[in-house]
Amino acid sequence: MSEQAMIQKTAEAPPKIFWTRKKREQLAGWLFIAPEVIGMLVIAVFPLVFSLVLSLTEWNLVGGLSAIHFIGLDNYINLFHDNRFIQGLKNNVLFTVGTVPLTMLLGVVFSAVIHKKLYAKAYFKVAFFVPYICSTVAIAAVWQALYHPSKGPFNQLLMQIGISDPPRWLVDTSYSLIAIMIIYVWQLLGYQIIIFLAGMTNIPEELYEAATIDGANGIQQFRRITMPLLGPTTFFLAITSTISSFKIFDMIKFLTDGGPNYSSTVIVYQIYEEGFEHFKMGYASAMSWVLFLIIMLVTSITWITQNRKVHY
Amino acid sequence: MTKRKLKTGNVILTILFAVISLFFLLPLIWMLSAASKTEQDVWTFPIQWIPEHWNFINNFKTVWMGDISFGLFYLNSIKIAVISTLATIVISAMAGYALSKLNFKGRGMVFTLMLAFMMIPEQATLVPRYIMIKELGLYDSHAALILMGMFSSYFTFLLRQFMVGIHNDLLEAAELDGAGFLRIFWSVVLPLSQPILATVGIIKFIWTWNDYQGPLIMLNSTKLYTIPLGMQFFKEEFGTQISVMMMASVAAIVPLLVLFLALQKQVIEGIAIGGVKG
Repeated sequence: MSEQAMIQKTAEAPPKIFWTRKKREQLAGWLFIAPEVIGMLVIAVFPLVFSLVLSLTEWNLVGGLSAIHFIGLDNYINLFHDNRFIQGLKNNVLFTVGTVPLTMLLGVVFSAVIHKKLYAKAYFKVAFFVPYICSTVAIAAVWQALYHPSKGPFNQLLMQIGISDPPRWLVDTSYSLIAIMIIYVWQLLGYQIIIFLAGMTNIPEELYEAATIDGANGIQQFRRITMPLLGPTTFFLAITSTISSFKIFDMIKFLTDGGPNYSSTVIVYQIYEEGFEHFKMGYASAMSWVLFLIIMLVTSITWITQNRKVHY
Repeated sequence: MTKRKLKTGNVILTILFAVISLFFLLPLIWMLSAASKTEQDVWTFPIQWIPEHWNFINNFKTVWMGDISFGLFYLNSIKIAVISTLATIVISAMAGYALSKLNFKGRGMVFTLMLAFMMIPEQATLVPRYIMIKELGLYDSHAALILMGMFSSYFTFLLRQFMVGIHNDLLEAAELDGAGFLRIFWSVVLPLSQPILATVGIIKFIWTWNDYQGPLIMLNSTKLYTIPLGMQFFKEEFGTQISVMMMASVAAIVPLLVLFLALQKQVIEGIAIGGVKG
C-alpha cells in the first residue's frame, strides 16, 4: 500500500467512535454538576418537602419515625389561635417596618456623602462595615452590657441628663424589641453602604459634570441623578433586607429568648422553641412553612415586578 | 480630569463623618476598654476609656486558660470553617464550570433549579435537617455542620457568572493540546478564576465562623463548641462578670477583624457583587 493510500485510509474511515466528544462533554457536564445538585437536593429540597409532610403530623421524636401520626391541617389551624406565634408574626412585621426603611435611608445618605464628598473613602467604607463582619453573638454581648438597666452607660447617661426612669431596654416588655432593632440597624448599616456605593460607582461621572454645568447643586444632583439611577439597587436592597429581617434569630436567642413575656419573640424563635425545646416537630414544621410562604411571597414580588423595574 | 483641590466644605464634612464613625465604633471601643478593666471599674461613669486599674492579663487568662477555654472553641471553629470553605469552593467551582463552559442536555433546567434553590431559607428547614442528622447518627458532631455547610447555590451562581467571562479560546487551546475536561477545569479554569475564588472563600469563611444557629441545633457537647456557642457558654458561666464577657467578645471578634482588615478589598468586593448582580 502506498503512503498516499495509507493517509487516505486513516483520514477517511475513522473507526466507529462510540465515545464521541459530544457524549464525553454530556457526561462531564453531569459529573461536574452532580455533587452540587445532589447536595442541594439532600440539604434543601428534600427537607423542604419533608417539613411539609411533618407539618401535617404530630410527632415528638420519641418512638422513631413509626410513631408519627397524621392530624391533617390541625397544626395550621392551631397556629392562628396561638398567641405566641401571632405575637411573633407581629413582631417580625414591626421589626421589618422599623429597621428596613431606616437602614436604607441612612445607607443611601451616608454612601452618597462618602461617594461624592469625603476624603479617605476607603477608611469610611471599612469603618462602617466593621460591625457587619463581627460575630452577631459577640456584638450582642457588648450591647447587652451597654443596655444594663441600672449601671449601663446608656441609662447612666440618660439619668445624668435628667431622665430619672429610663427604659429597662432588653428586660422591658415595651422596649425589648426596639433595643434589638437598634443593634440590628447598627450592624447592618455598613452592608447597605457597600451595596449603595457599588451602585453609585456605576453611575457615569459625565451626568454629574453636565448637571454642574447646568448649575444643579449637590442636593438637586442627588435627587435628580443619583436616586433615579439607583432604582434597581434600592429595589434589590429592599427585597433582600425584608427577607433577612424575617429570618432574624441570633440576637433574639442570645439576648432575650423571645422575652420578657414574649415581647421580642419572632417566627424563627418560635420555630426553635417549639421544635428544639418542646420537641413538637409537626407544629414547628407548620410554622416553618408559614415562614417559607411569607418569604416566597416577598420574593415573587421581585419576579413579578422585575420587568417593570425602573430602568433609565 | 482637573486636578482636585481640597474643598473647604468637603474637609468639614470629612471631619464630621470621622466623628460620626468614631461614635459608630464606640460600642467596640467600650468592649476593648471593659475587657482590660477590673470588674468594679467596668461601670464607673463617666466612662473610664483608659482603665485606671489594668486587669487585661487576668481577664485574658480566664478566657484563654480556664478549664474550658477559647483555645478549644478556636480549634473547633477553624476546623469547621476551613473544611466547609474548601469543600464549598471545590463543589461550587465544579458546578460553575459545568454551568458556564460545558454543553450538556438539561443545563438550562439545572441553572433555573439553582436559582430556585437559593430561595429556600435555611430557617424553614431546621427541623427536618435536624431529624436527618439524627437519623444518620451525626448529631453532636462537626461532620453534621460540615455536611450542612458544603453546598451553596449562591456561591455556585457567583462562580458561574464569573466563569462565563473566561474566553473559550483558552479552553479550546488546552483541548487541542490533549487536555480532558478535568484537566481543563484544574489547569485552566481554576487558575483563571482565582480572584472570585478568593472572594467566595473569604466570605464563606466569615459566614461559617459567625454561624450560631447551625451549631446551636447540631451540637451538644461543650468540647465540640464553636466560638459563637462558646460565647453562649461564657454567658452562662460568667454572665455577671462583664469584664470577662467583654474579653470573650474580644476573642470572638478581633482575629476575624484582623483577617478582614488584611483582605478588606476582597471582602467588600464580594459583598458588592452579590448585591449588584442580585
